[in-house]
Amino acid sequence: MSILIDKSARVLVQGITGRQGGFHAKLMMEYGTDVAGGVTPGKGGEWFEGKPVFDTMRMAVATTNADVSLVTVPARFAADAIMEAADAGIKLVICLTEHIPVSDMMKALAFCKRRGTRLIGPNCPGLMTPGQAKVGIIPAMVATPGNVGVVSKSGTLTYEVGFAMKNHGIGISTIVGIGGDPVIGTTFVDVLELFENDPETEKVALLGEIGGSAEIVAADYIKNAMTKPVAAFVAGRSAPPGKRMGHAGAIVDGGEGSAEEKILALEAAGARVAANPEEIPGLLA
Amino acid sequence: MKLHEYQSKFLFRDFGLPIPQGKVATNPSEAYDIAQELGGVVVVKAQVHVGGRGKAGGVKVAQNAEEAKRHAASILGMDIKGLTVERVLIDPGADIQQEIYLAITNDRGAGKPLIMASMEGGMDIEELNRERPDAIVRERVDPILGLRDYQMTYIASAMGMPRALWTSFGRILSGLYDCYSASDAELAEINPLVITGEGDLLAVDGKVIIDDNALFRQPALTKQRDTSGEPDSERQARDAGITYIKLDGQIGCMVNGAGLAMTTMDMTKLYGDADGIGPANFLDIGGGASPEQVAAALRIILSDDNVKCVLFNIFGGITRCDEVARGILTAYNEVNPDVPMVIRLQGTNAAAGNSIISEARIPHIIGAETLTEAAQRAVAAVKERS
Repeated sequence: MSILIDKSARVLVQGITGRQGGFHAKLMMEYGTDVAGGVTPGKGGEWFEGKPVFDTMRMAVATTNADVSLVTVPARFAADAIMEAADAGIKLVICLTEHIPVSDMMKALAFCKRRGTRLIGPNCPGLMTPGQAKVGIIPAMVATPGNVGVVSKSGTLTYEVGFAMKNHGIGISTIVGIGGDPVIGTTFVDVLELFENDPETEKVALLGEIGGSAEIVAADYIKNAMTKPVAAFVAGRSAPPGKRMGHAGAIVDGGEGSAEEKILALEAAGARVAANPEEIPGLLA
Repeated sequence: MKLHEYQSKFLFRDFGLPIPQGKVATNPSEAYDIAQELGGVVVVKAQVHVGGRGKAGGVKVAQNAEEAKRHAASILGMDIKGLTVERVLIDPGADIQQEIYLAITNDRGAGKPLIMASMEGGMDIEELNRERPDAIVRERVDPILGLRDYQMTYIASAMGMPRALWTSFGRILSGLYDCYSASDAELAEINPLVITGEGDLLAVDGKVIIDDNALFRQPALTKQRDTSGEPDSERQARDAGITYIKLDGQIGCMVNGAGLAMTTMDMTKLYGDADGIGPANFLDIGGGASPEQVAAALRIILSDDNVKCVLFNIFGGITRCDEVARGILTAYNEVNPDVPMVIRLQGTNAAAGNSIISEARIPHIIGAETLTEAAQRAVAAVKERS
């Protein structure tokens, strides 16, 4: 078992003929993901690695019966691509694209909610259920199948922790990269709830960072609703206030969103918080 | 991207909001001319990207043009929290009966625009929020529907706006919402919006922050960027497509990915803080990391004289460690740094990357297997040199 995706997922890649989209579509297929095809407006009728390319999501969904979509198109077109997927009836959309304007994301997210579509991201590495499927860019080498759920705001930090877990013989049920943008489709709490209800997930690793209050809200959920143990790390203890640390959402503003307050809240909720991400495997053992 | 007060208010004016008829001066004699033209009492206001300029002496009232000139002479060139004042706004004095707070910002949690309004304006909103949160009316807007009339009536009524002003307040709120939407603002704030002695509303101070990710479709606003408060190194990095933020420590950090870059900074502090050692910068070289980018990043890191050691932490997922290793060598040969470099390459093609580095036999290169080891070795290298 796993959450959100498993080997039965049929995936469309929006932007499959692009450099990024094509590269990752191939890696996903090598991993065993069922990539049903892709969409690039104006390239309908072409083929990509033996998979059909369509002009529109409606046509792609009608033809392939896909149920998951991966958005890899450039920032200025990404919100529209998300809405197109939701409008075509896709219930799980993962958006990798970075630098999407917040105003576009607010509209896309409101639209997804109206259509009953779950959005993961944007600006995230995607999902991976080790041994079954991956949708996104998480490298195959960072995880083996197991019983720890991983949820994270950041890409390479997730790889770092996954790799450390693998070296300690700890496997993963599903990795969910929720993204580091201010406005995202799926939050820590959404994913914690899925892990809490997943029989195969026994423990959870949560990787947060400065900015916003998602980790504080997650701490509340851990305290009030979670029975499974949580190990956590919060990046950005050394970050000064008022400076945006790469991710559009990673900024300590007006005294809010600091690593200290998040760590305190998570500890108070009973999570074991590592000062060093390489200590996470020890906290899960 | 932050706009100055004068830029924010001139933008408000484009959306029909009432603002004082002031102008910007860059020298005292311009200030004199503007004050003379406005007549009567004027306010001379420093235009810098920091809060608390009033307390720092950057805002002064002048009774006449002569005094405005003197104030401008003292404020221009003044250092406010490390920023030099290059412009002053000369506004006519307003007859202030009441100060109101009004702002629209992005509510991250809700994923919706959030309107905040209070009859207790003038003070810092964070302070008001701490001390009297109930004095602020909050209303979220459906991003697809936009701001509705009933919401404006609700806000005016809930905040206790005098009924006689509801129509003009509604026009201001709707204009501010249009401004926020059309400009891709993260924040559009009027503080204070004042009720004057004549019973009119006037936006006396304004602050607008534009979403950097939307600048591609905001050419007119992008032209207004003032980079004078920004270190040269941060500007160079932005031009090279690298995210760099200068900090105060000694260990220059080069990392792929924002979360891991922060984590690497944290690790240098975790192991170095007791000896006063920490990160010299945040730097994310991003996913591709071509040799040219690595070289540009290394040059930017080394332009900081505080740097006593450079720590490379690359976790190759999509990024291939052998390519990064070649980039490091190119950068090394070009830049020729005289500080030790700790190099930790992990993930995709790490073995190949590490052998490229070790075969190059560069002096001062220190290898590391794990992030912990890398941070500890960088701290030790700084200690050795100080």
